[in-house]
Amino acid sequence: MLRAARPAMPEPFLELVDISKIYPGVVALDHVGLEVSAGEVIALVGENGAGKSTLMRVLGGIVEPSGGVIRVDGIERSSLAVADAIKAGIAFVHQELNLFDNLDVAGNVFIGREPVHGGPLRLIDRKRLYADVAPLLERLGCDFAPDAPLAELSLAQRQLVEIMKALSLDARLVIMDEPTSSLTLTETDRLMRVVAGLKAHGVSVIFITHRLNEVIQCADRAVVLRDGRMVGALTRAELSPAAMIRLMIGRDLKSLYIPPAAPPGDSAIEIINAVTDTYPDRTVSLSVRRGEILGLAGLVGSGRTELARAVFGIDRLRGGTMRLDGEPIRIASPRAAIDRGIYLVPEDRKISGLLLDVSIAENISLPDLASYSRFWLVDTARENKNASRQRERLNIRAPDVATAVRSLSGGNQQKVVLAKWLSMRPKVLIFDEPTRGVDVGAKQEIYDMLRRLADAGVAILMISSDMEEVIGVSDRIAVMHEGAISGFLDRSQFSEHNVLQLAVGHSVEAEGI
Amino acid sequence: MTKKDLSLLVLILVVGTVVALINPRFLFVGNLSNTANQVGLFGIFSIAEAFVIIIGGIELSVGSVIALLGVLFIDLIVNHDINWIAAVAMIVAAGLAIGLIHGTLVTRMRIQPFVVTLCGLLIYRGAARYYTEDATAGFGFGASFPMLEWLTAGRTNVLGFPLPHSVVALAVVTVIAWVALHRSVFGRYLYAVGKNEEAARYSGISSNRVTISAYIICGGLTAFSAILIAMYTRSISPAVHGSFYELYAIAAAVLGGCSLRGGEGSIIGVVLGTVLLQMLQNLVNLLGIPSSLNFAVMGTVILAGVLGDQYLVQRRHRASAAKGLGQTSVAAAPLGRAKAE
Repeated sequence: MLRAARPAMPEPFLELVDISKIYPGVVALDHVGLEVSAGEVIALVGENGAGKSTLMRVLGGIVEPSGGVIRVDGIERSSLAVADAIKAGIAFVHQELNLFDNLDVAGNVFIGREPVHGGPLRLIDRKRLYADVAPLLERLGCDFAPDAPLAELSLAQRQLVEIMKALSLDARLVIMDEPTSSLTLTETDRLMRVVAGLKAHGVSVIFITHRLNEVIQCADRAVVLRDGRMVGALTRAELSPAAMIRLMIGRDLKSLYIPPAAPPGDSAIEIINAVTDTYPDRTVSLSVRRGEILGLAGLVGSGRTELARAVFGIDRLRGGTMRLDGEPIRIASPRAAIDRGIYLVPEDRKISGLLLDVSIAENISLPDLASYSRFWLVDTARENKNASRQRERLNIRAPDVATAVRSLSGGNQQKVVLAKWLSMRPKVLIFDEPTRGVDVGAKQEIYDMLRRLADAGVAILMISSDMEEVIGVSDRIAVMHEGAISGFLDRSQFSEHNVLQLAVGHSVEAEGI
Repeated sequence: MTKKDLSLLVLILVVGTVVALINPRFLFVGNLSNTANQVGLFGIFSIAEAFVIIIGGIELSVGSVIALLGVLFIDLIVNHDINWIAAVAMIVAAGLAIGLIHGTLVTRMRIQPFVVTLCGLLIYRGAARYYTEDATAGFGFGASFPMLEWLTAGRTNVLGFPLPHSVVALAVVTVIAWVALHRSVFGRYLYAVGKNEEAARYSGISSNRVTISAYIICGGLTAFSAILIAMYTRSISPAVHGSFYELYAIAAAVLGGCSLRGGEGSIIGVVLGTVLLQMLQNLVNLLGIPSSLNFAVMGTVILAGVLGDQYLVQRRHRASAAKGLGQTSVAAAPLGRAKAE
């Protein structure tokens, strides 16, 4: 285990020692240690899935570790309950803020702890409520009133409300999970000042971020996680984007790559200056050729899923055009996309991809029912025959095609989603995280199928946050950063380092390829 | 028939036997024919309601629509001398239009179906009362439509049993609805939208269009039943005519296996649910139970039925969980197709 290097600081009040968290089949945390002293600002960095959020959930009492010791003020325990965490002064500012839209600022800060008067009636003492919240507002330099309805506040202001809530609970440590991911530059600056203010008052801060510049701006030290292990710690003097990226990567990727049978053909789909609702001031242009697997990498929230949804017609494109086989097309609905042979395997199969309580056969036929029917009546024999064929072709492990999809494993469920589209004639297949929650064996089968489809002339756009997958499967990689393409990489340029550089918004040239 | 339908049928037979043993008049031809007529009338708008419940919606204005369209229908043929065939067409068109409006409000305006149809319940009831100035609408002396009356409220002797034509109408509606829901592409779409609207959308189904269609079908069928009911009662007091009928419809649908969350239910079940409800009504009369307890009996039986069903479901879950710690594979109930057991 690596110990985090610390500058001279008072004794840590909080220590995590050898914390592990094992989920079935996945080691999320592997003997991680972390110490926090008063007034310290620690940045927690690492790729998607490195274990940052899990570690913080252990601290917040939300996740129970499988092993290790948590020492609070010298008292050892094996895990924290949420109430313990609050009592220990650990406060969590969540990515999705846990606030009440229908209350005002003061009501949110003191929710569940409202000052009361009126004896047994326990009426809310409104005067004191607002009096209590005023100094907090001042301390954080807030520009809104204590009785401002939360619904009218911006995301940045809501974060401040969460922080006030933490302070009103006498928090000694405030944990922020990607606090700046949806903030503007000025809002980020203000948040950085708030962090500095907390530090000055002796409150410690741990923040998870992908923006390395922020780390340099305000952290006392950075702790880097990779694959559930702590791979290094950098003191303030050692902080630099290059040093952090070097620690974040540096694992040997197994080669999953299956070369294409033939060089790719003409471009099948071209997306030109596409604008989505999430990033209305950014445009995306890319094209995928027939027979090519284009990996679309980037951090969570970089706008990849939004792009896929818009191309498939779930959301409207705000701007830009698309061409399919050179012809301009307009996609106003999923139906329009499907009719043109553009299919999407969505990110969350349980919500968007499948009817869980319905059989394999009926899931597969759903997008193309008309062709299984005569006089508008479904021909179940034909439906079952096709489903059985797909089951064999994709090796879907189930007793028969009448099996409910819910009872299948993640990998087999994903194969059912795939089977839906393979029963039709795909021209462009968009995969959003094709192997999320899929076991290793099924993963390889899905990769093989991707290549076979590409070799059959399908253009494949594969969104993936799994570095191994993006580098191992793609013929070419496009990287997105904050709603725009930050660069394309050819196979000769493939490296975790380059992908990561682009994903955090740096250019590849700056470091040299 | 699904398992649920079968157990409902068993319940009906048990209740019927018990009632017949206590009061043999239950099996008299006259009583059975009258009860069958009630089943015919109530069954049609219950099937209408089922379409909306299956896509995950609710329709509360059924009773008010029956009052308003009933009043309009009688007014058209009695006071405006409109040919009854044209009047039937106009009333059904009005029902379809009401469905279109409800469906549009639910999908395009994103108003909750409960709210939309609750407002409908109030508006149509008020409109019906205003239209007749709260007076009873009916057929005057000499007003006679022999063909229409025979078609809607007449009975035909079948092997000595006076079969009400409302039952024939219900049979026709049942067959068409059964094919539409359990065999057709459209039926698949209805269940898919009810089960998981998001996944349906990702499979290229226009969930808005499917939802609006369900409300339109519901409106049209309700209008049809409004005509039958108007012709059966022959006089309509707009303040009370058809009141609470939406609750009979929802109750029949729930008894028939519909989930208010959508995506479940069978047409056979809904018809059987209607049969059970009308039998209970009949039972209250025949067993000398004070008729004021009518609703209380119905409520108790529905609650008991739902509780019993819940118990069976949980037992099945526990049994399958106990079978093995590994993957338990479960055969799916087909989307909308009644599965032979």
